[in-house]
Amino acid sequence: MTEVAWGAEAWSEVRASLDRCIKCTVCETACPVAAVTELFPGPKTVGPQAERFRTGGHSPDLSVDYCSGCGICSRVCPQEVRIAELNSRARSELKRERGAPLRDQLVARPGLLGRAGRPVAPLFNWAMANSLIRWAGERTVGIHRKAPVPRSTTRTFSYWVGHHVGTRSARRVVYFHGCSTQWYEPYVGQKVTAILEHNGFQVVIPKQDCCGLPLQSNGLFPAARKAVTKLARQLVPDGTGDLPVISSSTSCGLMLKREAREILGADSPELRSVSARTYDIFEFLLELHQRGELRTDFKPVPLTVAYHAPCQQQNQLIGKPALEILRLIPGLRLVELDRSCCGIAGTYGVKREKYEIAMRVGEPLFADIQAEGPDLVACDSETCRWQISAATGATSVHPLEILHRAYGGS
Amino acid sequence: MGTDAVVLGAGTAGMVAALRLAAAGASVLVLAEGEGGLPLAPAQMDVLGYRPQLVLDPLAELGGFLESRPDHPYRLVEADEVAASLEWFLELSAPLGYVGSPHINRLQPTALGALRPTCLVPQTMAAGDLSGGGSVLVVGLRGFRDFHAPLLAENLALANPPSGAEIRARSVEVSLLGDPRDLRPQLLARRLEERPVLAELGREIRSRLEQEELVGVPAVLGLERSHEVWQRLQDLVGRPVFEIPTPPPSQPGQRLQQHLFRALRRLGGEVRLGARASGYRASGDRLEAVRVVTAAREVEIPADSFVLATGGIGTGGITAGSDGELREEVFGARVSRGGAPDEPLVEYLATQPLDRLGVEVDDQQRPLGAGGEPLFENLWAAGATLAGAEPWREKSGEGISLATGFRAARLAGGVRA
Repeated sequence: MTEVAWGAEAWSEVRASLDRCIKCTVCETACPVAAVTELFPGPKTVGPQAERFRTGGHSPDLSVDYCSGCGICSRVCPQEVRIAELNSRARSELKRERGAPLRDQLVARPGLLGRAGRPVAPLFNWAMANSLIRWAGERTVGIHRKAPVPRSTTRTFSYWVGHHVGTRSARRVVYFHGCSTQWYEPYVGQKVTAILEHNGFQVVIPKQDCCGLPLQSNGLFPAARKAVTKLARQLVPDGTGDLPVISSSTSCGLMLKREAREILGADSPELRSVSARTYDIFEFLLELHQRGELRTDFKPVPLTVAYHAPCQQQNQLIGKPALEILRLIPGLRLVELDRSCCGIAGTYGVKREKYEIAMRVGEPLFADIQAEGPDLVACDSETCRWQISAATGATSVHPLEILHRAYGGS
Repeated sequence: MGTDAVVLGAGTAGMVAALRLAAAGASVLVLAEGEGGLPLAPAQMDVLGYRPQLVLDPLAELGGFLESRPDHPYRLVEADEVAASLEWFLELSAPLGYVGSPHINRLQPTALGALRPTCLVPQTMAAGDLSGGGSVLVVGLRGFRDFHAPLLAENLALANPPSGAEIRARSVEVSLLGDPRDLRPQLLARRLEERPVLAELGREIRSRLEQEELVGVPAVLGLERSHEVWQRLQDLVGRPVFEIPTPPPSQPGQRLQQHLFRALRRLGGEVRLGARASGYRASGDRLEAVRVVTAAREVEIPADSFVLATGGIGTGGITAGSDGELREEVFGARVSRGGAPDEPLVEYLATQPLDRLGVEVDDQQRPLGAGGEPLFENLWAAGATLAGAEPWREKSGEGISLATGFRAARLAGGVRA
């Protein structure tokens, strides 16, 4: 078996991978950002090439900040150069050297915004829909006035968990729900719980904070390391040390699976243990199905659903398990959207100077969605769903919401 | 549910095998460490260009070539299979308008202005067959550093097609998109899909055109809508326009790759990139599953049949240790080093045995183990993985990949020729 490297070893493996670059430029052809703007010269140029000119972390130019961190370059590289990971680290050094603007500090902390918005959710949602306030926000903070923002909710997911009487079973899983379920889309977590309970699992839902991904993608590594290490501790309550950890937020799942060790160089016994046991919800359900253990008592769902596999889901290297499961649902017309990136890349596309780039990146996807005119768009990543809805006007859902409906949920 | 066939490698050979298997009804999963050679190569389908003299009719000369090169991978396929695989490719790639025949080597200009023998080209390059001579206006774009129009034109004027016909060539350089310092091909391709940008290019070319019969431009005429872009430019210019391949990255190569990936998806198959095969599980001489590294852990993917198309040393299918030991990475198949171990490995610009390194196979394209027996009954190899070829010298790469990929799919059980 191939052993996964951690700690200093993982960190130096990523740096050393640049020596494998043969300058074939495959990554430059696949990069969705370089294809739409002169401001980003391409992943090879700012990655394996510029890396050789970085001394003590100092970058020869600032273009690496225009990398969206979608990770497509690392996935298409035939030599396993960790291009996106190198670029992520270089961006962090840039922020350390030059300081991160308040805007980046803000969007990197979904929990902070969620906590602030929750008690005044209606007011928060009104403000976010008010064009004058959004214009002021763009001028002062630098968040683009048209950028998609989630709707705050007064009842958090943990509030629901506190009142939920779960089923008891010998088969247990730990659920890692992430910040968006906690603060903005608690119904996603409720449906995950219902689906797992329907399949005979007891769902352990420990109190949990942010995985640190937005901190990482905004270059704030020390805080990100602290966050992911803390989260790993939270995800191993007593007696759960060997249970699968199920994630319904695909980018946060990837943080636990790989990015914490490869990009952040984070390491702790809990993190190692949780990382190896982390499953994307559909990856877990597909494995159940392959063992013949998934309940398939589906009701027909007479809808046309267009499915977009987001970058961070594809970076898990598990294929598109959501498609395989949704294909089992009778009456469902499933269209696979064959485009790489919606442009948002977490918090990249909400920034004033990057909004237009993100929209151009997503253009082919948006055009396909508009041409198809589906009842729903399904996508595993929350920020991508918000971007798709804002750009196309389509209703977007997590694919598990469709599965939930097939199981008879509303 | 479950996978019938796993193909390792997403280059030409892997995609051909995958598409043939999927078309025959198999559920196919292509696993690749990354993208293959497709987005780098000019997307022209070579069959046999030199043996070492220039080949005029590749299919007819295959037999004679094999007499001098009995270990060449073409020994594994009948000429009929080569023809059938190219015929199939022409049909499959109809939306890209491929033209040509395995019986005729066209002579298409390279980025350096040499004439390169090849059999099939996309429609956007079709007017660039200069075997019968011609006069060409070569158009360069200022700021696009990978395409040197003056050098190309000068070399082209020195080229001697066997017909004895004359080639005349002149170059011009056009400014586009406000003259940026550094124009990258993928950005150019996307911008040229915008009508005003294309119209500007058309106007510029037309105003510089003299008596030339043909117009050669760098191969950046669009990505998704290349056919439309090329057609419109030709209308704007009023002469036949053809694309000349650039150094990597290659837009025609990317178009072809997208086309093949989509064709497989339409047949229900999947291409999974970034997923390195790290090992396997077998029972006796039957391969049961390959192991793949995902973001968190290694997983097993079981299947009935397997195709090895990971390529040679350039794409990491075969690696060389510091001691000179060559290793096929997934199964440890026997690798031929093309000559005796004490032969000198480097003789600059001359034939060297290591050029021909690759996986050794039996006559059924099954990779051999250390003892010379096939490793597994249900593993077949195809394309640049195979030992014995020098594709860059012979101009034979795509032909080998098409024909052996085609045959691998047939042997893997899904397809009758």
